[in-house]
Amino acid sequence: MSDLSVTIGSLRLSNPLIAASGCFGYGVEYADLVALDTLGGVAVKGLFLEEREGHPPQRIVETPSGMLNAIGLQGIGARRFVSEKLPELKRRGAVVVVNICGSTVDEYAEIARILDDADGIGAIELNISCPNISKGGMMFGCSLEGTHDVISAVRRVTALPVMPKLTPNVTDVASFAVAAEEAGADAVSLVNTFLAMAIDVETRRPRLSNVLGGLSGPAIRPIAVRMVHECHQAIKIPIVGMGGIMTAEDVLEFMIAGATAVQVGTANFVDPLIWDKLFDGLRAYLDRHGISSLVDLVGSLELEERTPACKSSS
Amino acid sequence: MPVDVDAVVISNTKLSDFYNVVAVAAPDVARQARPGQFVMVKPDKDYDPLLRRPFSVFEILRDPAGRVSGFSLLNKRIGVTTRRLYDITPGERLQCLGPLGQAFESPAADQQAWMVAGGVGLAPFLTLAESLVERLAATRLFYGGRSADDLFYLETFEALGVRLELTTDDGSRGHPGLVTGPLHRALDETDKGISVRLYACGPTPMMQAVTELAATHGRSTDVSLEQVMGCGLGGCYSCVVPVAEPGQPTRFVRSCLQGPVFDGGRIDWDQL
Ligand SMILES: Cc1cc2nc3c(=O)[nH]c(=O)nc-3n(C[C@H](O)[C@H](O)[C@H](O)COP(=O)(O)OP(=O)(O)OC[C@H]3O[C@@H](n4cnc5c(N)ncnc54)[C@H](O)[C@@H]3O)c2cc1C
Ligand SMILES: Cc1cc2nc3c(=O)[nH]c(=O)nc-3n(C[C@H](O)[C@H](O)[C@H](O)COP(=O)(O)O)c2cc1C
Ligand code: FES
Repeated sequence: MSDLSVTIGSLRLSNPLIAASGCFGYGVEYADLVALDTLGGVAVKGLFLEEREGHPPQRIVETPSGMLNAIGLQGIGARRFVSEKLPELKRRGAVVVVNICGSTVDEYAEIARILDDADGIGAIELNISCPNISKGGMMFGCSLEGTHDVISAVRRVTALPVMPKLTPNVTDVASFAVAAEEAGADAVSLVNTFLAMAIDVETRRPRLSNVLGGLSGPAIRPIAVRMVHECHQAIKIPIVGMGGIMTAEDVLEFMIAGATAVQVGTANFVDPLIWDKLFDGLRAYLDRHGISSLVDLVGSLELEERTPACKSSS
Repeated sequence: MPVDVDAVVISNTKLSDFYNVVAVAAPDVARQARPGQFVMVKPDKDYDPLLRRPFSVFEILRDPAGRVSGFSLLNKRIGVTTRRLYDITPGERLQCLGPLGQAFESPAADQQAWMVAGGVGLAPFLTLAESLVERLAATRLFYGGRSADDLFYLETFEALGVRLELTTDDGSRGHPGLVTGPLHRALDETDKGISVRLYACGPTPMMQAVTELAATHGRSTDVSLEQVMGCGLGGCYSCVVPVAEPGQPTRFVRSCLQGPVFDGGRIDWDQL
């Protein structure tokens, strides 16, 4: 039987498939449909320290092969998560990745402290990339200094694996991956959504109440794969790749580009029972190629020296 | 527990240029469905459109032996998926995840049930009406459409013992004007001592108007809201409804989990 297990820092996952933050509620919503312990991990909805109501509707709109969202990080806050949701996730055997967001560096550190005290958390994902909030999130992830500050502040207060989630809304994502590695991150995840906009031409109004939103889904996959490839060439720590994964082939594309694990977001709305199909597809690929461990594929991109097809003679 | 089935389309019955009924063989969804619940459907496997769309369970279908064999959707063509459903042909497949959401609360044994429907808002009421046939208390349907061609299944409701009050915008059938007209009259004429449970589904302004009108007569209304839904399972937080419990600030509540049926009096309509 092929081995799908992968390792992210000190965290061993039975397989590389993690439910992406914001696309799987707190995980417990899906527990009747999906055996949470069969997933590599469950990244829960982004949490601030306090409860937040988020943006008014309309919060999503579909676009070609994708969707925009501007939820505004509605959530129950870190403490209520630990007391109300974490016990059930633990009982169900989920590997829990807690996605956190702060308006200040101190807020990130404060949440990390709360999570460090809690029992049953696999890793902390630092959301320094949410495009939908006015303070915090992408504000940090768009500056090398902010990226460094948030990560090192969290690093100081927790021994849990720390995984900053990078925004694609920068010119050179690899430089942010390097900053994350230098600040002591155990891994990086990418990409969060692409800042985007949709307009109803009949009314000339934005389709989202927040005007701007984040683009996800298959439309972004080729750009996300490119970014994982660039980061893989720049850093040594593991990469968790995502953006538009719909099939096992898409998972493989990210892994070959350099991702050790992947997250599945929007696809989960289309098909909440996608997981078994992805597992089957991965195993079939490994069998077909005579590969016994999936990790052997990570970063296995073949970049051959190109021989010019026709030499210019002049 | 909701199930996801790749259901075969049994029939597509066109009702007008905009409305049709799509019947699907999905007994595992239908057997569990209660009045007011919905399914998330997707006709094609490709990425455009990508997301599923929410639809009320319209009818529960039975085979000649009386066994539940599937359900139907009442579809109104307004966009890409509803257009596809309008033209879907028997034998094609429709991915159906459900049943989802909270059902209507049944009226008390001695309580009248008044359903108020606007347009495609009729959809959740056929199964509700069916669940109420055995009762002695009256069941009424206040039903508004653009014109006479826009009012459907009237005989079916009548056969279930439902008293109809029809309105059309153009006056081609029933009372001319909005459905709140006859509703207002009925509320005025009904003795305060008679207990009535109101249910409304239709355009948001209609549901708000019904809720407010009923409230002036001291009666509450259960509304079934049609928020845009990304997942139907509580995963995305797209479908939220602003709900204000007495003495508390407005909260955004996920309609797919805690709705789509809400106490209209708790909804902060200005923020919806
Ligand atoms: C619980 C629930 C039950 C529903 N039951 C039924 C039903 O039984 N029959 C039925 O025909 N419809 C029903 N709807 C509405 C139905 O889901 C929408 O009409 C459908 O999603 C539109 O999809 P589309 O791809 O055709 O439109 P799109 O191409 O996605 O959109 C076309 C236009 O319609 C607007 N729009 C999209 N969705 C909605 C919405 N939910 N409300 C208002 N405007 C919208 C868009 O903004 C756009 O301008 C229900 C909705 C909910 C939430
Ligand atoms: C509705 C929605 C909500 C999201 N919420 C969060 C969030 O709370 N925190 C976060 O880090 N990313 C969030 N994301 C981004 C996803 O986790 C993921 O990075 C992105 O959607 C790309 O992957 P996908 O194409 O597979 O969805 C959200 C995405 C969507 C569609
Ligand atoms: S539709 Fe996704 S949370 Fe309700």
